[in-house]
Amino acid sequence: MTISDTFQQAFLSIRSQILRAALIVLAMSIGIASVTILTTLGESARRYIVNEFQSLGTNLVIVLPGRTETTGGQPPLFGETPRDLTLDDANALLKSRYVAAIAPINVGSAPVSSLGLERETTILGSTASLRRVRHLKMAEGRFLPDIESDKSLPVCVIGQTIKREIFAKQKALGQWMRINDRRFRVIGVLASEGESIGVDFDEIVVIPVASAQALFNTESLFRILVEAKSKSAMYKAVGDIGKIIEIRHEGEEDITIITQDSVIGAFDEILTALTLTVASIAAISLAVAGVLVMNVMLVSVAQRTSEIGLLKALGASESQLIGLFLAEAAILCLAGAVIGMLVGQFVVSVLQIIYPEFPLLIPGWALMAALLVSLTTGLIFGVFPARKAARLDAVLALAKH
Amino acid sequence: MIQLNNIYRDFQVGDQTVQALNNINLTINQGEYISVMGPSGSGKSTLLNIIALLDHPTSGQYLFNNQDVTKLDDNALAKIRRENIGFVFQFFHLIPRLTAAENIEMPMILAGINRRQRQQRVKQAVASVGLSDRASHLPEQLSGGQRQRVAIARATIMRPGILLADEPTGNLDSHSGIEIIELLEALNKSGMLLIIITHDHHLGKRAQRRIHIIDGKIAPEK
Ligand SMILES: Nc1ncnc2c1ncn2[C@@H]1O[C@H](COP(=O)(O)OP(=O)(O)OP(=O)(O)O)[C@@H](O)[C@H]1O
Ligand SMILES: [Mg+2]
Repeated sequence: MTISDTFQQAFLSIRSQILRAALIVLAMSIGIASVTILTTLGESARRYIVNEFQSLGTNLVIVLPGRTETTGGQPPLFGETPRDLTLDDANALLKSRYVAAIAPINVGSAPVSSLGLERETTILGSTASLRRVRHLKMAEGRFLPDIESDKSLPVCVIGQTIKREIFAKQKALGQWMRINDRRFRVIGVLASEGESIGVDFDEIVVIPVASAQALFNTESLFRILVEAKSKSAMYKAVGDIGKIIEIRHEGEEDITIITQDSVIGAFDEILTALTLTVASIAAISLAVAGVLVMNVMLVSVAQRTSEIGLLKALGASESQLIGLFLAEAAILCLAGAVIGMLVGQFVVSVLQIIYPEFPLLIPGWALMAALLVSLTTGLIFGVFPARKAARLDAVLALAKH
Repeated sequence: MIQLNNIYRDFQVGDQTVQALNNINLTINQGEYISVMGPSGSGKSTLLNIIALLDHPTSGQYLFNNQDVTKLDDNALAKIRRENIGFVFQFFHLIPRLTAAENIEMPMILAGINRRQRQQRVKQAVASVGLSDRASHLPEQLSGGQRQRVAIARATIMRPGILLADEPTGNLDSHSGIEIIELLEALNKSGMLLIIITHDHHLGKRAQRRIHIIDGKIAPEK
């Protein structure tokens, strides 16, 4: 018996019991649709967040003052007062041959104003490298000039919101802007980043780090952004940074180093686990569908007992009969899977229309998995009824009608 | 062609053993025309089922073309059935969702014969049983006699050497019964071994060889 004949006969027998077939297809398609939709939501959330973190920079390492993890050992005698990170610390990091660029960052809040328009905003002190490290794009003008980091300069780069609110009636570029009581000339406007994790650069004013230190009257840095030369250099850079700071801080590595990778990795893991959990819960409905397949097939075998006996008398072997019944189960489950995927696709499209800013994408692996799972479910739960049919006693089966 | 030696067939019903066949010894040659008669429950169907390889004897030896078939596995038995044995039943046993032509085609599908050849042979077979204009009818749209003719076409489509019929006229009026018997006899004339179980003595007498079974034993042949 050829494969195509097997499937054709299976198809004919399905066609003669439409209601029963519809039941299986319905159950299977509900399972597949829910798996597709839920994995799509989970996977899209994961991609969204990972992308956000990735757009922060390339091979990024973040150095924070103070140690956040507990190290055990003797409790410190004078309490935990970590040394500040200074500009010199930051510049020293360039000694590592795995470091491509560094951007020291100093943060404070101050009122900014021009021609009577005023608001409070975040002031970020940094260097020309910040643009590279943090992947910033310019809308107008230029970024901070590449000068010695300890030189102050009365220039600033502003975000889109600042431009809109402070320079509502005039061109921003080239104007003077007051920050606290100092005057800075606007030399550039940042392009809008859209929604982003972390700092909202639309609402920020960037000035040279030395100017910020003077403005806020502090030597200490908020953090240092480091770009490693490559992904593999990132971990070596982490080691170097630790050592360099340790030497500069009298033998104490009192900093916390975060790699972009580890943050992304952590989120990736959490969200993947979440997606899989949700998908497994949805997969329970597939198992239910499988049980239904078995039930319906058992009824089918019982109703077609005499037909099975006849096929045996005509020379059907046990394996041919198993093949026939499994083909039926496979066709029904695949039909359910295809319909389920279409329904899933439809629901995802509708969701995409409702939430256009959240990019939804049905993951290819989820489709493959759904197909595979439905097929295996159908076959596994179909095997028992099929074997039952194949093992029927031909004479007894023929006697039934 | 068929040789049965000391065949027994017991059925266990509760704690009682029913001896359906009791030491059957029988040799059947190619092309014979045999009728099997006997009272109800005497073991006629059981004998035919064993010859058809649908049932297994409890003990004894069955030589089919000199090959001991009692020890063959399911696959081998199915192949022998497919290629050598046609079976006609009292209750026709047509598959209700398939047309007359599709029912006739079924043994060839199981045998893996290609579509073009199948269609050609079905066409001939339908014509040979006089049902060319009914080929696309479903069984429920056919009369009893027509259904049995479809069943005969199906049983012979693989051109088997053996045709077994268990009360093929049992469900038919006498007129269509005679038609069916004549059709079977024509097939026998073309060389097929024909064994018919019947309760009808007139029909039974038409066979050259008559076997009487009583209580699971073959009565001495006259
Ligand atoms: N599956 C079975 N289980 C138990 N007993 C059976 C079974 N099949 C047949 N028998 C018994 O075996 C004996 C022979 O049965 P068989 O069907 O061969 O008779 P038969 O000659 O064909 O009768 P009939 O003319 O009524 O068709 C009967 O007593 C019957 O009850
Ligand atoms: Mg009988």
